[in-house]
Amino acid sequence: MAAILEVRDLVKRYPGVTAVDGIGFSVERGECFGLLGPNGAGKTTTVEMMEGITEPSAGQVLYRDKPVDARFRQEVGIQFQSTALQDFLTVRETLQLFRSFYAKGMEVDELVQMCSLQEYVDRDARKLSGGQRQRLLLALALVNDPEILFLDEPTTGLDPQARRNFWELIRIIKSRHKTVVLTTHYMEEAFLLCDRIAIMDHGHIIAEGPPNKLLAKHFHDVILQLPKEDVHLSGVELGLELHEVGDYLEIQTADVDGTLQRLMEKKVPLGKLQIRARTLEDLFLELTGKELRA
Amino acid sequence: MTRRFLAVLKARNLEFLRDRAALGWNIVLPVLIVIGMWFIFSGGDKPLFKVAVLDGGKSIAQVDLAFLKTRYVDFYPVADLRQTEPKVAHNQIDMLLDATDPKAPRYWVNETSPKGYILEKILDGATDVHYTRATVSGRAINYVDWLIPGVLGMNMMFSCLFGVGYVIVRYRKNGFLKRLNATPLKAFEFITAQVVSRLLLIMSITLIVFIGTKLLIHFYMAGSYWLLLLDAVLGAVCMISLGLLVAARVGSEEFAGGLLNLASWPMMFLSGVWFSLEGSPQWIQDIARVFPLTQMLDGARKIMLDGAGISDVWPQLLSMTCMSALFLGLGSFGFKWKNE
Repeated sequence: MAAILEVRDLVKRYPGVTAVDGIGFSVERGECFGLLGPNGAGKTTTVEMMEGITEPSAGQVLYRDKPVDARFRQEVGIQFQSTALQDFLTVRETLQLFRSFYAKGMEVDELVQMCSLQEYVDRDARKLSGGQRQRLLLALALVNDPEILFLDEPTTGLDPQARRNFWELIRIIKSRHKTVVLTTHYMEEAFLLCDRIAIMDHGHIIAEGPPNKLLAKHFHDVILQLPKEDVHLSGVELGLELHEVGDYLEIQTADVDGTLQRLMEKKVPLGKLQIRARTLEDLFLELTGKELRA
Repeated sequence: MTRRFLAVLKARNLEFLRDRAALGWNIVLPVLIVIGMWFIFSGGDKPLFKVAVLDGGKSIAQVDLAFLKTRYVDFYPVADLRQTEPKVAHNQIDMLLDATDPKAPRYWVNETSPKGYILEKILDGATDVHYTRATVSGRAINYVDWLIPGVLGMNMMFSCLFGVGYVIVRYRKNGFLKRLNATPLKAFEFITAQVVSRLLLIMSITLIVFIGTKLLIHFYMAGSYWLLLLDAVLGAVCMISLGLLVAARVGSEEFAGGLLNLASWPMMFLSGVWFSLEGSPQWIQDIARVFPLTQMLDGARKIMLDGAGISDVWPQLLSMTCMSALFLGLGSFGFKWKNE
């Protein structure tokens, strides 16, 4: 696949801090590319430089192999992490306002339908709930039927149901072969939606690739979880390495059969045993030695 | 380009019309101004003594006339009789005294001016020399006739500067401008839409106050209403553009408020809203000339009081047009969509 967007040696310095420190990657046409990292990792700064909103201190962003120009604005859709809308306008009027900025795009009714805004279309945009508001912001980002869509932490602050609804919307957008660049600090979100991810920390990219391949490359084991109250023996007595995580004890193992055998031999009750695969959160911990949400 | 401009204009107008608090205040304020002016001026004119003295090159202190020693009267020197005489008619000054020959002084007063009348009575009491009375031609102008454009202009100035400056800074602070910047909308389109929206509002309100005050107070209007409208529109555009220039880069409402106050208060006192700058030091008059409000009021008073035509007020109209272009150009060029 051809790269629609290419980032080369991008640097952004603010007084006293280098927010983005010489990163490079490319986004391929039609894929969902995720920038993953904790708060302050440099994701938003990176994505805003890609959008042309923030001027890089050094480096280059190429759109279709050319530096970003006026045409780029017509062809991209952007949803910021936090944004206000004009007061006293309804959902429909807000969509009409933004639609008028573009030479071509989707019909307002089509956007309303696609983003499930029918019920609130004549409501003052300030009176929407968090999930409804995010759907309106997504509709605004789609108003010009963009080639490439930037979503900066689109589900932060949403309840689980609203988050799942939003993921469904992004899947619909992906099915229309749009390129999506998504920043998030929710692992599950990145894992479910992204074809490829780049993990950022302190302004650097520390890993890049398809989520499954990254996990397969770094991990060959799974994690068994048992409630602490069910395990009355020490790790030494069990002959296993135990990690305490909240109310649970975790055992990392590549040999699930052997480990279960040993636990049964030691009469450890397995009624509440959970087995989970490695996640991107584990990967981040592995790469940086710290929790992703720290 | 036109489509984007019209869309922003429509959205801004809708926002204003639906903001009941702001709309209510903008309707109530002009009514209060009309009532206030009617209350203040229906009882007659207020005393204020200002005498221009033709002193023939000497300082007033050296002219040996007992009348010039009268306390609580502001005597100030003038050099040109023909330029000063109409100011007596317009009540900008209460008396003109020609003291070039201290033995045969002459004076001019406005027949209908209460202040001129009192000053004349004081002159009658002077026994050192005989004063020759001269009358001025033209209709007598009351202080209220002179003040009306000032008060209307001041109201326009505050609405122009603060109404648009604060809105832009608020949009910038809450990130709405940053969102607009992510679209093909250009700074000039956005700014022009803000100017036109505020202009429509201000002109509607000013028109209501003008008509209301005219009906209640019957102030003097000698010139063309269309020319006055042109003067007011250019003045409003100029002051809105100044408000936009102030707000072009500022990120906090508090700082914007300070800057807007810095722009509005000198205009309030030095643009001739409340009193004529006649007799004040030349450097103050020179400074006042660079204020848009001064230009608008000079033009309005020439039209309303002297019946001036476009050939008389073109310097004011031109300077307001040039200042608007300068402010809008600088504002668009330096416009910042987001706070760093």
